[in-house]
Amino acid sequence: MAVLVSTTINGDNVEFACDPHESLLDVLRNRLGLTGAKEGCGTGDCGSCSVQVDGRVVCACLMLGVEAEGHEIETVEGMSHGVELHPLQTKFIEHAALQCGVCTPGFLMAAKALLEKNPDPTEEEIRFGLAGNLCRCTGYDKIVRAVQDAAKVMRG
Amino acid sequence: MQYEAPETTKAAVGLLAKAKGSAYVLAGGSDLLVRMKGGFVEPDLVVDIKRIKPMREIRKTASGFTIGAAVSCAEMNENKALIKAWPGVVEAAGLIGSKQVQSRCTVVGNLCNSSPAADSVPALFAAGARAVIQGPRGKRKVAVEDIPVGPGKNALKKGELIEAIELPARKGKSGDAYLRFIPRSEMDIAVVSAGVSLTLDAKGVIKDARVALGAVAPTVVLVKAAAKAIVGTKLDGTALEKLGEAASAACSPIDDKRGTVEFRTKVAAVLARRAAEIAYKRAGGK
Ligand SMILES: Cc1cc2nc3c(=O)[nH]c(=O)nc-3n(C[C@H](O)[C@H](O)[C@H](O)COP(=O)(O)OP(=O)(O)OC[C@H]3O[C@@H](n4cnc5c(N)ncnc54)[C@H](O)[C@@H]3O)c2cc1C
Ligand code: FES
Ligand code: FES
Repeated sequence: MAVLVSTTINGDNVEFACDPHESLLDVLRNRLGLTGAKEGCGTGDCGSCSVQVDGRVVCACLMLGVEAEGHEIETVEGMSHGVELHPLQTKFIEHAALQCGVCTPGFLMAAKALLEKNPDPTEEEIRFGLAGNLCRCTGYDKIVRAVQDAAKVMRG
Repeated sequence: MQYEAPETTKAAVGLLAKAKGSAYVLAGGSDLLVRMKGGFVEPDLVVDIKRIKPMREIRKTASGFTIGAAVSCAEMNENKALIKAWPGVVEAAGLIGSKQVQSRCTVVGNLCNSSPAADSVPALFAAGARAVIQGPRGKRKVAVEDIPVGPGKNALKKGELIEAIELPARKGKSGDAYLRFIPRSEMDIAVVSAGVSLTLDAKGVIKDARVALGAVAPTVVLVKAAAKAIVGTKLDGTALEKLGEAASAACSPIDDKRGTVEFRTKVAAVLARRAAEIAYKRAGGK
């Protein structure tokens, strides 16, 4: 039996109906058309489904859609303001920190959460902070450089 | 599947007690949802405890700390008083999974899931933590050692849930530590692990000790002989050697791709010694 859920996604009030066993990731992708978050593994290992819930980064594949009731969700779709990209997005492009791009939305969301908590992380802190995100193409160095550079821009 | 998110412990217990079919508590979901996805469990009822306010709180009391069952490991790592009193417990909780997993996972879920390799569990055993259980017949408190009974099996009865974990107050010179061996530097399952908690007298002699090992037996084990080996000492070379021997002697591990019996038995001694040295230093011993 479907359950009615009301939540906030990227600042907008959103209501949806879903089955109790459906993951938040399935709800975002299949019911709400927000396909930025990807399903790489479905078991919490790859981080490609990363979104923020009340300011904390989580795997959308490891949360039920019904759990979103009353919470604030942020997805990669909410990262840019219209055509104006978030500094992390700009720096990922500049540093060529992506190839196929499947991992990218997850890395962006995890990096955003990291920099919100720690605006000036060391390389080691970045690597630990992003350890829940896997990339099969790029290698991690370019991603780390992009995050370092974005952090610099964001610190102003 | 029916999903419920009650706002009181009483309501949660009521739902679990009268459930027909299989009923599961949902905390962070980082074990439960993985098992559901894999088809290993098919719950008829899931009771989400995250809307029960007292379960979301860390409270400092005269007798120590009460950590609600729905407190995430990330929240534990943001609580300064808890970090100061129980650095080993907090660092163990902080090792579970990635930042994403940390945002959701709980030490109670880690304990109830009853994996022999669960990271926070040796630290909780060493700390002398107690589980506050609520059930159809009321409240009871048990030592955390009594919760896991085998790989994936816990001692809770139908209708019961854990409401909170209690950590004792720290008096005088005390310290704890947790170490695990993994082949990577993050995001891996402990091949062997050790938790140690110590209290020293004014001269730095160990008065009380608790030592627990993970991933060397069907459940995490409290090793009394290892604690006995260092009580009454200043953790000198001989004491450390005896601690290591007792730790190895307590091992009955399995051989698997992660580590052989021989490796686990040897590394258990090394980690127990190193964790004891860190705990000793944290307690103010020299
Ligand atoms: C990617 C990934 C990495 C991981 N890495 C680690 C790691 O490094 N170390 C480690 O130890 N574990 C790891 N885990 C396993 C898991 O994250 C931990 O065991 C975690 O602590 C479980 O907590 P939870 O709140 O998410 O539990 P849940 O999944 O919500 O619950 C786990 C079990 O306990 C029961 N339960 C939960 N709360 C209660 C309660 N209050 N009363 C009664 N029963 C209850 C549930 O019904 C369920 O059976 C990892 C998991 C993932 C997905
Ligand atoms: S799809 Fe969620 S972590 Fe891989
Ligand atoms: S760019 Fe392809 S997985 Fe990361």
